[in-house]
Amino acid sequence: MITLIIVILGILMIAGAVMAITMKSLLSSIIAAGVISLLASIIYLLLAAPDVAMTEAAIGSGLTTVVFLYAFSKVKAGEEDSNG
Amino acid sequence: MVKRFLVLLVLIFFTIMIIPLITDVQPQTELNSLAKKYVKDGSDELGGANLVTSVIVTYRGLDTLGEVAVLFIATAGVGFLLRRRKKALSKPVKKRESSEILQTGTLLLMPLILLFGVYIFLHGHLTPGGGFQGGVVIASGILLSFLARPQSELNHTVLHTIESLSGAFYIVIGVLGIYLAAGFLDNRIMPLGDFGRLFSAGAIPIIYSLIGLKVGSELVGILDSMQRSEL
Repeated sequence: MITLIIVILGILMIAGAVMAITMKSLLSSIIAAGVISLLASIIYLLLAAPDVAMTEAAIGSGLTTVVFLYAFSKVKAGEEDSNG
Repeated sequence: MVKRFLVLLVLIFFTIMIIPLITDVQPQTELNSLAKKYVKDGSDELGGANLVTSVIVTYRGLDTLGEVAVLFIATAGVGFLLRRRKKALSKPVKKRESSEILQTGTLLLMPLILLFGVYIFLHGHLTPGGGFQGGVVIASGILLSFLARPQSELNHTVLHTIESLSGAFYIVIGVLGIYLAAGFLDNRIMPLGDFGRLFSAGAIPIIYSLIGLKVGSELVGILDSMQRSEL
């Protein structure tokens, strides 16, 4: 049963990775990358590694997403400046 | 065309390299000798209820020191690249006020999040988690206050003092281990105490609290320089 859940989560992770690459908008790509980390942390939890799961959930899906969003907003502001 | 062919060649090469990793995996029926020693003697030798923490902080303490150093270099790099220009400093940027709900919610939630972060790294030797996780939780609490009050200024002196002091004390405790116990970063410089109590496992809670403070202040520094940079 656990194996089945892990396989499903793994397939979802691959789907998220493909979405992160193929999405048209950068914002959706960043969110998809965060979702991958969240699914990975669930897998770590199922594999009885709660320490790693906490790190992955906090850094991978929390802080990294925020840092990417900050960088994204900076890049966007720069584009608007150069255009107008 | 040649480029595509080369890419295909590299892909095939990598596939051939990786296939043995997938096909030759043997399910391990027993731990290897080093892991067996950690599992068998770890809790008796170090007195920590959470074996993962015991291994990370003492047996593999040098690796953890390296990780903290890597994080420090990353923070220094971000701070260097995104430093504030003098010119941009003079003209104040108008930022949109955040919503009432966010501001009120932050007042309620931020102390709880900070407390949770401190709990995680103080109980690192008893429950899952530790310095890195607690530090990140603290940083996310500070991030919430950044979002609620974009105009507020962070006190950089306090931040840098916490970071340098915790880093220095980490090394001092590690060196104390050489003189008072078996080696660098040995936790038995203090009495091991009762198994499973908060004040147990020698120096592990102290080392992990220092790591937690250091990681937290470093990540807050990254977020701060990301937010304030006038790029």
